[in-house]
Amino acid sequence: MFEIDKWQEIYSTIQKNKLRTFLTGFSVAWGIFMLILLLGSGSGLENGVKEQFKGGATNGVWISSGQTSLKYKGLKTGRQIKFTNEDYKSIKTTVDGYDHISARLFLGNKLVSYKNEYGSFFLSPCHPDYGFIKEVDIIQGRFLNTIDIREFRKVAIIGEKVKSTLFKGTDTVAMGKYVKINGVLFQVVGVFRDYSRNDDEQKRVYIPISTAQRVFQGENVINQISFTTGQASVQEADLMIKKSKAVLSKMHTFDIDDNRAINVWNKNEDVRRFKALFAGIRLFIWIIGIGTIIAGIVGVSNIMMIVVKERTKEIGIRKSLGATPWSIVALIMQEAVVITSFAGYIGLVLGVGLLELVSKNMPPSEFFRNPEADFSVAVMATILLILAGAIAGFFPAMKAAKVNPVEALRDE
Amino acid sequence: MIKISQIHKSYVTGQNSLHVLKGIDLEIGAGEMISIMGASGSGKSTLLNILGILDNYDSGEYLLNGLKINRLSERKAAQLRNKMLGFVFQSFNLVSFKNALENVALPLYYQDVPRKKRNIVAMEYLDRMGLKDWAHHLPNELSGGQKQRVAIARALIGKPKVILADEPTGALDSATSLEVMDILQEVNATGITVIIVTHEHDIAMRTRKTIRITDGNITEIVSN
Ligand SMILES: Nc1ncnc2c1ncn2[C@@H]1O[C@H](COP(=O)(O)OP(=O)(O)OP(=O)(O)O)[C@@H](O)[C@H]1O
Ligand SMILES: [Mg+2]
Repeated sequence: MFEIDKWQEIYSTIQKNKLRTFLTGFSVAWGIFMLILLLGSGSGLENGVKEQFKGGATNGVWISSGQTSLKYKGLKTGRQIKFTNEDYKSIKTTVDGYDHISARLFLGNKLVSYKNEYGSFFLSPCHPDYGFIKEVDIIQGRFLNTIDIREFRKVAIIGEKVKSTLFKGTDTVAMGKYVKINGVLFQVVGVFRDYSRNDDEQKRVYIPISTAQRVFQGENVINQISFTTGQASVQEADLMIKKSKAVLSKMHTFDIDDNRAINVWNKNEDVRRFKALFAGIRLFIWIIGIGTIIAGIVGVSNIMMIVVKERTKEIGIRKSLGATPWSIVALIMQEAVVITSFAGYIGLVLGVGLLELVSKNMPPSEFFRNPEADFSVAVMATILLILAGAIAGFFPAMKAAKVNPVEALRDE
Repeated sequence: MIKISQIHKSYVTGQNSLHVLKGIDLEIGAGEMISIMGASGSGKSTLLNILGILDNYDSGEYLLNGLKINRLSERKAAQLRNKMLGFVFQSFNLVSFKNALENVALPLYYQDVPRKKRNIVAMEYLDRMGLKDWAHHLPNELSGGQKQRVAIARALIGKPKVILADEPTGALDSATSLEVMDILQEVNATGITVIIVTHEHDIAMRTRKTIRITDGNITEIVSN
């Protein structure tokens, strides 16, 4: 089947029927081209939305305090719930299954200065684990550690944007320097990079939560408790959230079903929804794409049918010269496979090329970035093409094999 | 070489059955050169197609070189045609998009002869037909006589034992017809059995024996 001679035989037929070959291949090339474009657009959409999810573990749970909205045990609604360090500790000890846990304090933007340079940056007091929950990418130095918390150290981890604002000109080394935060000196022990396009996130300064409570607040209050759910399933994560709620409702005496007393943001949920959505979109794209290819196959099959009819005389001649039915089947099938594979490959290359071009020249937007067709898709498409060629060639080949030489050679 | 006895063949089209061959007995020895004559529709081509294993017969017996030919598989039939038989047709039946050389080489392709060797041998056969300079021309660039010589070269390249020619001169003028007959006689001189269907008396006279078919029966065998 793969002897070079057969290929030459096919090559010579194709070569001598260029227009026909072109017309045959065009529909397939178009089908693959469209499939690649669709898949690329799908991945662009997916990448865009994924970008929205960046900056934070995908299994994170954030619990913030709010106001009660249900009456409970004789207490009226509208009570402000205030988390304390004890809430953090009891969740830490009673809930199991999490792999990182941290409390947070919301202090808003603060004036941060170094020598003559200054700026207003978002202060984020937290525990060391928050580095994992937020997936903070340290590019210099380190993130917070437990000693910082225990000893109320005045240390800060600053974002790249913060660094570039404060450390300019000849004085670009931030590590070890002291910056003033709201008038209090903190030593820079780390610099991080944030991939988020959200300005707030990039202009951020992490400091130990214990220090912040003592220096900026003077009371035992926290605003948020967050943890990651590790390898937990969706159900297990839900159970962890339920347990946390139970702990908090007991500590603060509110109805466990009061959704306003505390706000829970479960990213597992978002990610699951997101994944389901894109699995749906991808399926949809494949269905359309394969539909297009099937149309291509039918087109090729149709044209090959006509080709076989046109070539009836030639097939008759070949049979009279000793061509076996199988050799005729192979001739037509191989021709179909060669045409579809080759044409499809052209469609593939053009599609990928166009995606590359778009990817390079289009600025990434909120919902669309880096459209791409990855290697596995290309492999899939190649297999699909060869299969498509074989399917397209099958019926015409069978028809060709059944050509009766006597009738084929009869003079009209 | 060829021995047929009581060959019957009918064509069935819808309700009608046309009895074309009505019990043909014929024996053709190796190296003979015979012609078959008869009125149009008398069954000459039908007989030749059966001899060429291009068509089946309904009853009777056909021995080709001692081998019983009866409802062979297509594969087997193809192999026998390739090794034993060579065809020459009135309308040449060259593959239109292949040049003379490629046309002549085609039977060797089905014998799995490598391309290079194929082309060398094909060139020899074309040379023998005096068509060396036309090797790379397409059929539509050749005259009728040239086309028929290409077809004969193609029929010979597989070294067949029998050449079956259905009105090989039917489309040629008389001078060219004589040339073609010269070639077929040369072919016969090399020991190959030649069977020619023809309408022309002159052509038939160039063979050693003429068989006349009338209405599906052999009515006369004449030595020329
Ligand atoms: N496939 C077929 N189906 C039905 N009838 C056929 C078929 N082939 C041939 N015939 C009929 O069989 C008869 C014999 O045909 P055949 O071709 O053998 O004649 P022939 O002697 O070669 O005639 P000619 O000299 O015109 O070539 C004719 O009446 C023809 O119409
Ligand atoms: Mg005839």
